[in-house]
Amino acid sequence: MPRPVRSPALSVEFDLVRRLQIGWPASGVRRGCRPCDGYGPLGRCSIDGSQITNIVALLGLGFLLASAAPQFRRALPFAWEHPLGLAGLVLLVVGNWLGLYYAPQERFMGDVGRILYVHVPAAWLTMVCFTLAFLFALGFMFTNRRGLDSAMEAASEVGVMEGALLLLLGAIFARPTWGVWWSWDPRLTSSAVMMLSFVGVLLLRGVVQDFDRRATWSSIAAIFAGVNVPVTYYSVKWWRSMHQVQSETVAGSTIDDGMRWVLYFNTYAFLFLTVWFLARRWRIAETRAQAAMPEPLPQATT
Amino acid sequence: MLRQTLHMLGKEMLTEWRQRARISGVFWFAFAIVLMVAFATPNSAVLPQVAGGTLWLGLLLASTRSLDQSYAVELEHGAMEGLMLWPVDPIAIYYGKALANTLVLVLVAFALLPLVIAIFDAPVVGNPLNLIVIVLLGCMALAAPGTLYGLITSQARGSSVLLPLLLFPLVVPAVLAAANATTKVFEGDPMEQVPSWLALLTAFDIIFWSLSGIAYGKLLED
Repeated sequence: MPRPVRSPALSVEFDLVRRLQIGWPASGVRRGCRPCDGYGPLGRCSIDGSQITNIVALLGLGFLLASAAPQFRRALPFAWEHPLGLAGLVLLVVGNWLGLYYAPQERFMGDVGRILYVHVPAAWLTMVCFTLAFLFALGFMFTNRRGLDSAMEAASEVGVMEGALLLLLGAIFARPTWGVWWSWDPRLTSSAVMMLSFVGVLLLRGVVQDFDRRATWSSIAAIFAGVNVPVTYYSVKWWRSMHQVQSETVAGSTIDDGMRWVLYFNTYAFLFLTVWFLARRWRIAETRAQAAMPEPLPQATT
Repeated sequence: MLRQTLHMLGKEMLTEWRQRARISGVFWFAFAIVLMVAFATPNSAVLPQVAGGTLWLGLLLASTRSLDQSYAVELEHGAMEGLMLWPVDPIAIYYGKALANTLVLVLVAFALLPLVIAIFDAPVVGNPLNLIVIVLLGCMALAAPGTLYGLITSQARGSSVLLPLLLFPLVVPAVLAAANATTKVFEGDPMEQVPSWLALLTAFDIIFWSLSGIAYGKLLED
């Protein structure tokens, strides 16, 4: 198939849609009866990468477990989260290359479907961050520990960032597949409401100066906002939705193996970066909270 | 506990009665919103279809004024500390205030309802008695989290922005259910969808009337 010549008069939006559909080099139209037939833009996908993703997951998990030991953390010449962040960046670059140029073509959506390699991880990690924010808020309400309040702030902020990314990628995905940038579909609406609820939590934190009040008030707001997480997750099952139901569940997967390992590769990239962001953001929140603490009373000299 | 709640409700309603201009202000605010929607709708043929949604949009926006103001008097005169010194369970304080806010919203809703039906030319094909249940459950759904967030935002800077931002995302399911149920009563309900919307409203009320009651005590301590 000859590569189409793009008119400079095309709008950016139309250009993007065309690029996503037919713009990749050597992406021959190979249609099989399965979700994919094992062919990517560079030819047949011969590597079964599931072992690669398993190794990446084990290394990441091992590093996280080791970081839990204070001796290991002290032995590192830098903060423990930096190697994870670096690994996340490298994985993201490789994962994007895999998703765009290596993974097989989706049968119905063609190259447009390649956005799922970043859209789905963003969705998963948004849910993880908001669930963590909910749990940290609940923990703070029971224990009054300052660290949990800082962790809630970090999880909310990273969650809002990933949620914004999720909605943006979803809109780009929706335009060529549904014909619209946005639809008032239950999954999309509940995702937007969930993100907006946590934006409210962050704004509330921004306007309250007193530490105790800010922590209690925002924890209550985060618990209420957290109610949206299961609603968003189950929205595709509870209501008739244009959005597809979950592909990866405990019961099994509906994604072809050739695409699945690339999806997980990108998910680990997002996961490592999210842990990095969370840890950095938590440290900033802790430092700010410490700086806001009143000076200790002077010791008696006699 | 019930006696304390009723005493709180009585006290709140007395305060409302002594500043009746506030309730009328809330009503006129809601009515202005309803009129604005009618003015902004380009095609008068679609007005009956948007009547239910407009009623709840007006109530939602007006509720932010009402909920914000319900603490203003106490905070202005430093009466909040006095209230907390009462030998009253914080949960009773919450339920008293939430019931009072519900009553105010119900009054506004029933005053607004005939006007919406008239202005939007909405035919009430379904059972009009259902409207009473929808208004009661819907106003309870707005008042429960609103009373809790009202306490937070009335003490924070920029409260006029914060309350809608915290409240609106939370009450989306309730507004959706109330608006859809009201529209079904206006237009008729051949598929019998009203009971399922009422079930969603009831579930929302049960969750937030219990959760908010628990959280209110913790808020008052701070």
